[in-house]
Amino acid sequence: MKIKFAISTLLVALLLIGCGGKTEKKDDGFSVERTKSSEKVEQKAPETNEVPASQRITLDNKGVGQIKNITLDPEINQEMATTGGELFKTNCTACHKTDRRFIGPKMQGILERRSPEWVMNMILDPQLMVEEDRCAKDLLVEFNGAAMANQNLTVEQTRALLEYFRTL
Amino acid sequence: MKKIYYVIGGLLGATLLYMGCNRAAGLNTNGALASSAAEKVYVAPGEQDEFYAFLSGGYSGNLTVYGLPSGRMFKEIPVFSQFPTSGYGYSEETKPMLNTSFGFIPWDDLHHPDISQTNGELDGRWVFVNGNNTPRIARISLETFETEEIIEIPNSAGNHSSAFITENTEYVIAGTRFAVPVPQRDMPINEYKGNFKGALSFISVDAETGRLDLKFQVIMPGFNYDLSHPGRGKSHGWHFFSTYNTEEANSLMEVNSSQNDKDFIAAINWQKIEEFVDNGGGTKMATNYAHNVYSHETHMGTSTMKNEVITVDPTQVEGAVFFLPTPKSPHGCDVDPSGEYIIGSGKLSADLTVHSFTKMLAAIEAEKFDGEAYGIPILSFDDVMAGVVKSGGLGPLHTEFDANGNAYTTFFISSEVVKWRLETWDVVDRKPTFYSVGHLMIPGGNSRKPFGKYVVAMNKITKDRYLPTGPELEHSAQIYDISGEKMELLYDFPTHGEPHYAAGCPAELLASKSKKIYRLDENKHPYAVTNPSEAKVERNGNEVHVYMSTIRSHFTPDNIEGIKVGDKVYFHITNHEQDFDVPHGFSIIGQNTSELLIMPGQTKTSVWEPKQVGVWPFYCTDFCSALHQEMQGYVRVSPANSNIELSWSLGE
Repeated sequence: MKIKFAISTLLVALLLIGCGGKTEKKDDGFSVERTKSSEKVEQKAPETNEVPASQRITLDNKGVGQIKNITLDPEINQEMATTGGELFKTNCTACHKTDRRFIGPKMQGILERRSPEWVMNMILDPQLMVEEDRCAKDLLVEFNGAAMANQNLTVEQTRALLEYFRTL
Repeated sequence: MKKIYYVIGGLLGATLLYMGCNRAAGLNTNGALASSAAEKVYVAPGEQDEFYAFLSGGYSGNLTVYGLPSGRMFKEIPVFSQFPTSGYGYSEETKPMLNTSFGFIPWDDLHHPDISQTNGELDGRWVFVNGNNTPRIARISLETFETEEIIEIPNSAGNHSSAFITENTEYVIAGTRFAVPVPQRDMPINEYKGNFKGALSFISVDAETGRLDLKFQVIMPGFNYDLSHPGRGKSHGWHFFSTYNTEEANSLMEVNSSQNDKDFIAAINWQKIEEFVDNGGGTKMATNYAHNVYSHETHMGTSTMKNEVITVDPTQVEGAVFFLPTPKSPHGCDVDPSGEYIIGSGKLSADLTVHSFTKMLAAIEAEKFDGEAYGIPILSFDDVMAGVVKSGGLGPLHTEFDANGNAYTTFFISSEVVKWRLETWDVVDRKPTFYSVGHLMIPGGNSRKPFGKYVVAMNKITKDRYLPTGPELEHSAQIYDISGEKMELLYDFPTHGEPHYAAGCPAELLASKSKKIYRLDENKHPYAVTNPSEAKVERNGNEVHVYMSTIRSHFTPDNIEGIKVGDKVYFHITNHEQDFDVPHGFSIIGQNTSELLIMPGQTKTSVWEPKQVGVWPFYCTDFCSALHQEMQGYVRVSPANSNIELSWSLGE
């Protein structure tokens, strides 16, 4: 008997849920208890002591890949930066804005957070970086699993991009 | 009683044990044999095949790419048929590739692939194929594995003795199977004899670009020119065509074109005719044919109609064309790697006839003629024949060669491949095929330098080879190891469409130069978007052009408003990826053409004509990343008279 009762209660409950779902509401949306991932990054303190990857400062980390050591001239090479700016427009803007987070992180201030070597390695072989570099891996998770595309740029082109980032 | 039980029990036990042992022993033996065949075709995960094989797709109209020895199919290259998988023949850029003098033709019957050669050896630049039904020749790049050019052949019908290339890829040669009035005109069918003609076309190939040009047509008597192969080495400069229906019958051909005990192999000295044409010889004939070229820079095909062809009357060029009598409606016409032997496979006979090129030249020199046909000298059979292969098989069709003086011939009626020796003409081995084999292929087996490790037999009948799939079956192919004295059947695999012939080459010839991406900075498509800020939507009357870009995993723009019912919307989509193997797809609800599959750096266009008011989604059809499912967008379609402004956005 108890079982039968339980089943019928369940059926009634299901029926109710079913009926409830059918009513058309003209709301602009709906709300449930949840946090948007983008807000979480900027507003909510991480559960661990760890800073979100996008805000971490990892200037000592050169990343993984062919770029081992880069020395930057104190002066920005304007010609190189212009080339880099053009390359940025065609190869990067689909996912990166200079001044705000888009699909990937914003580029302003990138060199205050990452080493030049790390930046270049990330551009040259994002897949390897995501596999072997902790920060790159965490960024992938933080940015919703949107893997950075390898745009098949040469070292020279990548260096130009780096110079462009210095101007931002 | 008990005793009897014991005895029976003992006997049974012993028998079982014995059988068991025997069985185990048998299994071991078979197992060892089987595993050795298996090992020969097994390409371990992560490893790659030794050879590429390009199998014609027959009535699929396309070309398939396989690996040998595994028999795995890697790609179907769309050539003469619309191919919704990539949008070929549906996209605005590729529709011109299928243009002909008959208008847009969505299909053909693709028969014979041939890989380009330099000095008679495979050079792996292009593969040429023929469309049999609406006569065309196509050139496919072996860097992109895409169709780059299609040229229609006027005055031809049933373009079957094609597409065979000369040993430096000077020409791709295309002969007509059906004789027709040349030029076409309204006349009684039964006046065929003496009036219909057979056009043999010589299409020059630009050494740098591969660009095709119909240089001249030799207008031959109205026989059926069935298959052909180029001379090589000493016979370079000649081309040989088999013929049937020298009776010139126009009805009940299976009886009426099998009356003569001998038909001909036509030997054409194309170098002589080329010289004749270069010196102003030949007659210009008005005609109409399409020449379609695809550019990997603009990612676009263009079709140009041409209206003139140079025709050559073979009797006007002395010493250029001869007939070699060959028994019983020869089908295959194959030339050995040295260029000395021309093999005619009389398909209604048991024997192969082998002609000698040296003897042919001597007979021409000595004028050993047995008569003439329409002014073309017929050489005396005994003076050109080098030997006969008494095969014991029935219905010989095609022959390929290894590098050690062996020839391999398929026999359709007796379903077998027969291996025989050149010069001794002795049969040394034969193996059954399953069933009714047509063509066979040895990589390089139609060149000066064959790679005689495997032969692939392509069969016409499949029947019980695989799990049944209703009345319609794919065809079967078998691969044999031919490295030893005896052929060994290794493996059996289904093929797509109906392969007529194939061409193969060592993997290293192509693998390293196979293109990975199209460079975005080389994209010259007029509607390309080279950076996302150029993405836009433009209206010109009812025509709307959407300049859209894609990258993992979004479209720019992904929200479009201001489209109206009755508009013709062109989606021009540029894939901004520059990494290997990251295509994006595009499809939109109610698309009357097909999806697009856009390779990195490429631009493709699909036309959409919205018929219903609403908000309609589009999405990426190729699983491109973890966020592929999110790669989607909306188009708002308003009534025809609405005045919603055109607008577009992403992430706003």
